[in-house]
This record gives sequence, structure tokens and C-alpha cells, in this order.
Amino acid sequence: MARIGVFVCHCGENISSTVDCAKVAEIASNYPGVVYSIDYKYMCSDPGQNLIKEAIQKHKLTGVVVAACSPRMHEPTFRKATAEAGINPYLCEMANLREHCSWVHFREDSTTEKAAELVRVLVEKVKHNEELYPIKVPITKTALVIGGGIGGIQAALDIANSGHKVIMVEKNPSIGGKMAQLSETFPTLDCSQCILTPRMVEVAQHPNITLYTYAEVESVDGFIGNFKVTIRQKAKSVDHKACTGCGLCIEKCPIKKIPDEFNAGLGNRAAIYVPFPQAVPNKPVIDRNNCTYFLKGKCGLCNKVCPADAIHYEQEDEFIKVDVGAIVAATGFDIKHSDFLPEYGYGKYPDVIDGLQFERLASASGPTLGVLKRPSDGKEPESVVFIACAGSRDPAKGIPYCSKICCMYTAKHAMLFKHKNHHGNATVFYMDIRAGGKMYDEFVRRAIEEDDVNYIRGRVSRIYEKNGKLIVCGVDTLLNSRSVEIEADLVVLATAAVANSDSEELAQKLHISYDQYHFFSEAHPKLRPVETNTAGIMLAGACQAPKDIPDTVSQASGTAAKVVALFSQDELTREPLIAYVNNNTCVGCFLCQSVCPYLAIEKEEIRRRDGTLVKTVAKINPGLCQGCGTCVALCRSKSIDIHGYTNRQIYAEVSALFNRREYAGV
Amino acid sequence: MTKIGYFPGCSLNGTAKEYDLSLQAIARFADVELVELADWNCCGATAAHSLNSTLAVALPARNLAIAESMGFDEILVPCAACYSRLAQSRHEIKSDEKYRTKIPQLIEMDIKGTANPITVLDFINKYVLGKLKDNLSNKLNAKFACYYGCLLTRPEHLSTIERREDPLVMEQIVQLVGGMAIDWAFKVECCGAGLSVVRTDIIGKLCAKILDDANSRGADAIVVACPMCHSNLDMRRNEINKNLASANTLPIIYITQLLGLALGIEPNKLGFDKHFVSTGKFLHKLQKQTMEV
Repeated sequence: MARIGVFVCHCGENISSTVDCAKVAEIASNYPGVVYSIDYKYMCSDPGQNLIKEAIQKHKLTGVVVAACSPRMHEPTFRKATAEAGINPYLCEMANLREHCSWVHFREDSTTEKAAELVRVLVEKVKHNEELYPIKVPITKTALVIGGGIGGIQAALDIANSGHKVIMVEKNPSIGGKMAQLSETFPTLDCSQCILTPRMVEVAQHPNITLYTYAEVESVDGFIGNFKVTIRQKAKSVDHKACTGCGLCIEKCPIKKIPDEFNAGLGNRAAIYVPFPQAVPNKPVIDRNNCTYFLKGKCGLCNKVCPADAIHYEQEDEFIKVDVGAIVAATGFDIKHSDFLPEYGYGKYPDVIDGLQFERLASASGPTLGVLKRPSDGKEPESVVFIACAGSRDPAKGIPYCSKICCMYTAKHAMLFKHKNHHGNATVFYMDIRAGGKMYDEFVRRAIEEDDVNYIRGRVSRIYEKNGKLIVCGVDTLLNSRSVEIEADLVVLATAAVANSDSEELAQKLHISYDQYHFFSEAHPKLRPVETNTAGIMLAGACQAPKDIPDTVSQASGTAAKVVALFSQDELTREPLIAYVNNNTCVGCFLCQSVCPYLAIEKEEIRRRDGTLVKTVAKINPGLCQGCGTCVALCRSKSIDIHGYTNRQIYAEVSALFNRREYAGV
Repeated sequence: MTKIGYFPGCSLNGTAKEYDLSLQAIARFADVELVELADWNCCGATAAHSLNSTLAVALPARNLAIAESMGFDEILVPCAACYSRLAQSRHEIKSDEKYRTKIPQLIEMDIKGTANPITVLDFINKYVLGKLKDNLSNKLNAKFACYYGCLLTRPEHLSTIERREDPLVMEQIVQLVGGMAIDWAFKVECCGAGLSVVRTDIIGKLCAKILDDANSRGADAIVVACPMCHSNLDMRRNEINKNLASANTLPIIYITQLLGLALGIEPNKLGFDKHFVSTGKFLHKLQKQTMEV
């Protein structure tokens, strides 16, 4: 005989403001099989949990229904309490009276009635619950870090320094990411490369880190602790073991007018190239899309001059299979490029540039060696206009969010300009100044007060060229909304930070969720900001949302801590709520195999003792199965079921709803 | 022959007669009959929506309801201001429960929002361009500054034009008739619109910038698709010239007039004689440069 206990939670006022919880407990006490029923203000609190534990022991309960919030919130809490009282934790179920009832209805009798019904459904289910035991799976203690920007570098170093192996995959020929392109960093104005490049070298030299540059993640299978990843090592056409990095090939390469990605298109590079002098690894790759040898079959100059015989034109993409236990996505971000703001002539006028281009112009390693020269004619600008929120916070442009980094880097840009040209005019158009962060607002005030940057609160409607000047038309909303026109030599747009163009593809490979702007989604915006909803896959940096360097580094270290915590165990415990096959009735049609999204169904041969084959049946890989139930729905012989959500349990719930009149007691 | 609803609004019966003439001429060419809505009323532009938000929806709604009762699912609205009001009214009625019940009571007519207002550019794209290529008789070898003004591209939720801040629809039409569309800075700037009567000084300032930029970039004419823009740029030329160092003589022509010329229609039948700023020099230049196709 079932002996069920029902525990109705008020959730403070979250439930009790619309549901009469005492009444629900009273009604529930009359349900068949319920031997104990009570309501309490905070069931998840320590006294609340004790209430459950004591009742289990005192009334010898065989099943528990906690009517409270979402099981996503507190199921682990109550199952743990149940286990502590000495019965199997999977005999505890939750009725969701908050999200499914009190939060979505007004206070009226029918709301309480619905709550009582939800409890009854779960009471019927729990009568069929079985004792279940967690599944143990081994852990491969190697982490894969995707992306070699500052986020990936920090995460990789932290994990590697705690003694675990790390594999880093970077799609560009060098690690360093966006930070390597920056000139100085806010709020301290220290040189970006000076603080970054030592870390890049550390990654390359770390005994625990294996670095794949010019490589991409091709496919990801498996699950937490046991991912199987295929890495595509793109053909570098240069044998990096033989190459000494002398640079002779680059010098002699006849194709030298390729827009340089590292310099944001402001300089040129050769077809065989190292992205920047401090690159790691500091050895070239051949850009096959622009190399004469690959386009026309002729040239071969680099091969002729290479003293180490390191040029290998015949090299092909290589596929490397690795086993890892955790994956860190640290793929960074991009900024919006030309034709996104036609009203500003971005992409049309060479002197309307984006923030990253300004960084390159201001950088000592940039195309102008740090002298601010405008792209059109190389003149040093006397008047520069900076436009914050160029696309960000603008629903009409499809980007309603704040790009977060622009207020600070715009202040920095204006400051850098004023430091290089004391008599120049720097003007910033802004909507709001968002300078939350340690020493951040002080930094902006310094730009305004000490460096005499003219901040105008208002937006720019249009930029056009007239007599060699860029006319910036905007409004000063603090000056009686007067329209202003400024003649500029150079305009810098803080264009919106967006997700990488291939981020959706990567998210689908990783089976992680992403938001409508293609930034990767964290498991919980407040309490689980570094994990994704897919166990074992974590996030670091701006691939989750626009972030500055300190935030990226903090998150990367947080992610590393999560990975290290995972690796601190030898075995992983998984919820046993997975599918299982009845071998006796399975006919081996394998319809289930074709629909399983997790590739968790294998074939199992059943043989007699003499080895003759009886039949082939489906077998669930407990490590891969996520318990989604697609196979259950598809199985023609009803041979598959899911622990914790068996057909019997579901039928019991549904028929309880059909039989509601018998018990309607409100 | 296709029949679609036609809402001329007040301008096309008066100050923008040449717009009506040229529009009717190219509609005849495209084999489309423009059926004027029976007993149409003022769209309420500017005045109504500054004073009474309900009236601003109700006035155009009555015209939409008339079009529906006449069985039209498309209404050509050549005036950009009228278009904006009719489209906004339809948008409000379709999206706001309050208006859906209130407006039929006010106008004493049923309205479902099935009649869709279209701009003259939509009309040209849909009905004219397909037939244009084989019927071009003149190549208009001149430089044109295409001017959209504000209401063809704004507000965002009503605009059917792509790249709202730098549209290229008219430019593409200009290219099709052999003209050169110049790249200029003021194509979606405001001409001052309804301030034409009460604050002519502001019209003068705003339009001066527009005309000056088109002139300095070598335009032979400005092409428009809105009678309000036309009257400000054309009729207020004296006021505009007060803001300029030297008098600007750029003619302002309608996109429909341009198409009419390309189709070989007599300038007088397109209303070229009805402009305040003379179009003679421009037509003469065209005649000299025009090569028979």
C-alpha cells in the first residue's frame, strides 16, 4: 500500500497570495494513499526540510510530493532531504504550484482548485515511482579551450596550472585575439600587447597545453567528462617544425597588397604571412585564397628562398581526434562592419572608421607606427568626432542591447588623440555614459575635465563630406535640443559589438543554446553565469555577451574553476532519468536509433550460450542518453521507457486528471 | 486593365497638378486604371495628429473603408504625407483593439484593414518598371539628385523601403532611364514639410542646405516623390535663395515626370509648364543631350 506525504509550500507569498495553501493541504489529505499532508511557509528552508524528513520517518512514507516551485529550482533540495530521511530520493516528486499556477492566475477559488489538482496528479504519479540509482561515468581530465583570445588564454593557463591537460584551438594563425589588436587599455592606459604577449608565450610553452592554431572545431560528440572532438587543422602549407621563422618567404612574396585583417584593413600583408610581429606561433601560413601558386599553379618563390625547406604546398587539412572531459567556448566577438550605418557613410568615406581601426592607428605596432594619420590622405587630423552607440541600443538597427565596452574605449580613444595632439579638438557624441567599474567613471571624468574632450549628449543623424571635411550633424539634447554641426577630419564610430558570424554554427556543433543575437547562453543569468545548459561546456568572455578585458578574465578564471572542480572527481554522477529497453519485446527495427538526437542508441546482439544469434536489439548508452523520450514515442512495440517518466507514471497522471470529478472538493 | 484605388489627396488636385498629370500618364502606359475613391476626405496630415490622436486615425480610416467598400485591396497614395497617415491609420486599427472598436463607430463604416496603401515608388516598381525597358524612347542623359524627404522612409514600422537611411529605389529608376544618380548627403533630410505656411523662414534654411548640396555635386535636377517636398523646394525658392550666396535654379521634378519623359511623352502633358522654378533650361539640355534610343 502506498503511503504518500504531501508538503504544500507558501513560497513566502509567491504561492499563498493566490492559492489557499492550507486548503490544498486539507484537500490532499483525502486523496487515496495520502497519509500525511501539511503546509508551511518556506518548505525549502531548514525547518521545512526537517518537516519532510520527520514525516518520512514517523509515517513510514513510501512517496513524497512537495507542492512548491519549479523542480528546476528545488528538486535537488527536496530529493536530498528525502534521501537523508532514509528513502530513495527518486521517490520524491514536485508539483509546480508557483510557475504553473500562482504566478499565472489571479486569486480565486479555481486557482486553489487547480493547485489541488496538480498535487493529485503528482500523488498518482509517485505511487508508481521506482527506486533509482545514479549512473557513474568516468572523466577524461583534459579540457578543450576554443578560442585563443585573452579569455581562452586565461582559462587555459588556469586549468593547466592546476595540473590538467588543455588543448587550445584557435582559428587564426596566431593566438592573441582582439586584445592583441588594441593599443592601450582602459582605465590604466597600459599597453595592451605588453601585458598580453607574455601570456601568449606562456600558453605556447606550457607543458600542459597543446596548441592548435589555424585550426577549427569540426565536430563534437559525447557528453560531460567524455567528449569526442574532431579538430580540423587547416593546411598551413608551411612545416612549422622545420620553419625557423626567418621571414625570408614573406619578404620575397610578390603578392603584398592583401588587406591586413590584423590591422583592420588599414594595412597590407603578403599571401604568406605572420599576422603580427609578436605572433604566437611566430611562423607563417600561406593564405591559399590569395596565393598565386594556389590560384594559377605558378610562382613558388617562397619555396625557392626558404633555407629550411619548410614550404609544403601539398599539405592538406588534417583531422585530429581528441578526447576531452570539458569544453570552454571562448570565441569572442566581432564588431559591425560597413554598410550597417549608411547615414554615417561608414564604408563609403575612408575617414569614417570603426573603433578597432582607431586602435590600430593609435598602436605603436600599427600601420602608422602609432602616429595618428587618417586613412584617406595620411594627414594628422586636427578635429576628431567619436560617436558612441553607433548601432547599439538602437532597436531600429536590430541591436537593442548595450555593447558595454564602447563608453570606456571611446573615452580612451578621445584621450589618446588628445595626448598625441594637444591642440586638437576631440568631440564625443553619446546617449548615456555607462562607466560602471573600478576606476572607470574617474577615467571618463579625466577625459572630460583634464584632457578637455568635448562631450555632447545627443545622437548624430548624418555625416557627409564637404570640401574635404566630414560634416557631422547631430543634436545637443542638453543645450535646449539645439542641432549642432561639427567639421571633422576623422570620425570614429563605436560600432555595435556583435557575435561572431560563425557563432551559431559552433553553438549547434556544441549543442549549446544561444540568444537571438547569437551570443551563447549561460545556464542562469545570475547564479550560473559561466556554464551553459549543456553539462561540461562552459563559457569565457565576449562570446556570451559583450565584455571588456577585466570581465573576460574574471569569467575565464571562473570557468577554469568550474573545469578544475569537475576534474577533481574521478567519476561523474549522472541522473538516472534515462531510457531503457525491454529486450524481450524489442524487435530490432531501430527506428529509435534514427531519431535519437544524442546518438545514444547502439545495437546489441543477444546470443545463446552456444553463440548463435537470437536477435539484435536496441541498447541505450547511459552516458549519452539525455532522457528526452523521443525514442519512447517512436517505439512501435512499446519496448522503450524512461526511468522516472515511465508510460505507467504518465498514464497515471493523465487518468488522474480525467477522473477529477470524483475528488473535486473545493 | 488592372484597376486600383487612387487617393489623390488635396495636393494633387491643386499645387501638385503636374504630379497628377504625369502619374495618370504613366498609369495609362502601364495599363492601370487609377480609380479615385468616391467621396474621399482629407487625410488629416500634420494638423490632425498634432491635435487629436483619435481623429488622426479616424480621418484616414474613412478613406481606407471607402476603398474596401469599393473592393480595392490596393490604394495608390502619391503624396508621402497622405501615405504616411493612411498607412499609420491602418497599422493602428490592425494592432490596437481600442481603435478596432472605436473607429467604425466614429466613421459609421465597417473597416477591416484589407486595403493596403502603396507609395508611388511601390506603384512604379510593381506596375511600371517591368514594361519600361521595351518602351524607352528617350535616354535621359543628365545628373539627378534623388530626394526622398522624411515620410517615404519614416517611421521605421511603416516604411517599405530598404536601407531607410540611404535608400536607393529612386536611384535605380533613374539608372533605368539612362540618367546618372549622384551620391549626395541630403536625400532623407527634412524639407520642413507643413511649416511651409507658418514658418517659411525655417523652410528656407532647411531647403537651402538640400539645394546647395545637390547643386555643388553637379546635379541637373532634383527628383522627388512627394508633393510637399516639391512645393517647399520649388515654390519657396525665393525664401530659400535668401540663405544662399547665389540664387539656386535647380528644377524639382517628380519621378513620374521623369518616367514620362523617358517614355517620350510631351513635357507639357506631364505638367512641366506648371513649375515655379523654370524647367526650360533643364528640358533644353536634355533635348540637346538626349540620344534617341
